Amino acid sequence: MDKLTNQFIVDNLTGKFGQDIEILGEPYDLLTVSTISSRITELLIYLKDEESLRFNYLTDITAVHYPKQDKEFAVVYHLHNLFQNIRIRIKVFLDGSNPTISTVTNIWKGANWMERETYDFYGINFEGHPDLRRILNMDELDVFPMRKEHPLEDPNRVDKKDFYFGR
Amino acid sequence: MSSPITKITPNRPVFEDNDPQDELITLNIGPTHPATHGVFQNVVQIDGERIVSGVSTIGYIHRAFEKIAEHRPFYQITPLTDRLNYCSSPINNIGWHMTVEKLLGIEIPKRVQYMRVIVMELARIADHIICNGILGVDTGAFSGFLYVMQEREFIYEIYEEICGARLTTNIGRIGGFERDFNEVAFQKIEEFLERYPPVLKEFEELFVRNRIFIERTAGVAGVTPEEALDYSWSGPILRATGVDYDVRVVSPYCSYEEFDFEVPVGTNGDVYDRFMVRNAEMYESLKIIRQALDKIAKEPAGVFHADVPEFYLPPKEQVYNNMEALIYHFKIVMGEWETPQSEVYHAVEGANGELGFYLIHDGGRTPYRLHFRRPSFVNYQMFAPMSAGMLLSDAILNMSSLNVIAGELDA
Repeated sequence: MDKLTNQFIVDNLTGKFGQDIEILGEPYDLLTVSTISSRITELLIYLKDEESLRFNYLTDITAVHYPKQDKEFAVVYHLHNLFQNIRIRIKVFLDGSNPTISTVTNIWKGANWMERETYDFYGINFEGHPDLRRILNMDELDVFPMRKEHPLEDPNRVDKKDFYFGR
Repeated sequence: MSSPITKITPNRPVFEDNDPQDELITLNIGPTHPATHGVFQNVVQIDGERIVSGVSTIGYIHRAFEKIAEHRPFYQITPLTDRLNYCSSPINNIGWHMTVEKLLGIEIPKRVQYMRVIVMELARIADHIICNGILGVDTGAFSGFLYVMQEREFIYEIYEEICGARLTTNIGRIGGFERDFNEVAFQKIEEFLERYPPVLKEFEELFVRNRIFIERTAGVAGVTPEEALDYSWSGPILRATGVDYDVRVVSPYCSYEEFDFEVPVGTNGDVYDRFMVRNAEMYESLKIIRQALDKIAKEPAGVFHADVPEFYLPPKEQVYNNMEALIYHFKIVMGEWETPQSEVYHAVEGANGELGFYLIHDGGRTPYRLHFRRPSFVNYQMFAPMSAGMLLSDAILNMSSLNVIAGELDA
């Protein structure tokens, strides 16, 4: 089999998913695509089972908060094709008010705790997750601490503010 | 078979479920139980000695590293990575340095790469010593643990020569090392290569053909490759199932592609195979260190960091006497770096598996987002499901052979 290339993956995915796939670039050779939340399960199953792609290994699930964007949250999946050693990163941007995305625990069981961790820190609801509750923080916590609106330090502290350095 | 009866309800105190008249007993293992080797809890329901179901509770030493990292410049994040897998902190440190170097596009001299390889392989040996030694202790063989623990102590002495610290090493800097290996360090590494193989041989002879050990471990907690990949396992426990996935080989970093070593794999994925894989990996690590020392001897001496003054702190006397060094020093300390806006995922083969750093950088002084892909966290989630139906004593062995390090589990 020929070595899988990013270009091949891009062509294959755009052929299959058309408008719903957006290519975000290839930072440091890692192909990054984004899709819409309603098709994420379909995309991941396709990436896993399609004979020419076979991204069989789920490396990581996490989320990022972009408070200034229209769609505030990005859920980031890292997949790995262990047969040909190529990785792909998939981003799904979600609305800020009630970020919801369907779970992938039915595709990889290992997604269970990764999604729980993401829920714990960002409050992303993974629909259909068998056991979606906090994992690292205490159950009584009523915020999602990794969101950018929760500062780490005293917000009144000015000696480290960026404007002192011309930014 | 009917589905297991379970009455553990998440978020409710366990004693509410624990009816003494019931045929099932709810048992707390942890948070601070000697058998867990770390601060995490398992609530199991047992029928006699057999586990019916279990729930893992983790997060007892969660320290919000990802949040802290969003508020710290790159070089101040290294001490945080120390405290992930504290049994092999140099791997975490250097993995983090390499992530930043990948982001900044820093080219590392060969000699520094070989030095890093030495330190990382020493750390791998130190980690595997703990895991296999403790596994011996859990099966009732205490003496082997003491033999090898002395050698771990010696590895810590080597760390001390290299960076001054023993456990949380904060080793290296972005761009290289903070200082060259001194003569004593090289002597000690040579001495370690001399003295460790016989000790390891002795250690392994206590276990490998030991009937008690085999009966306690062989066939216990066997995992198929499909299951292991489904649960995103990585590291020695994945290789014990027969999958030859090693980040050092598939995506080489630090010039690992130049080294001649083998990736040991098991067949059954049981506790015995995991022990054997770790044991064999220690020999491979020794081979790698030997080769790295020989390679260093051929490189120009005295090179211990890349020539990147804008990212690597200048020596202190330069700062006091040299204008440019002072400027660079100021810019680095105040975070005035010219850094690209990008995102990078870099993985190294930690002692427990694929240790990944996912760094999103917006050009500011701190990472916009830093996520640690921690192998212990990902590996451990299979523990509770796979314990169902196991004997309690086997589950303890299973736990210790997963080598879950609480610091890495909780981050």
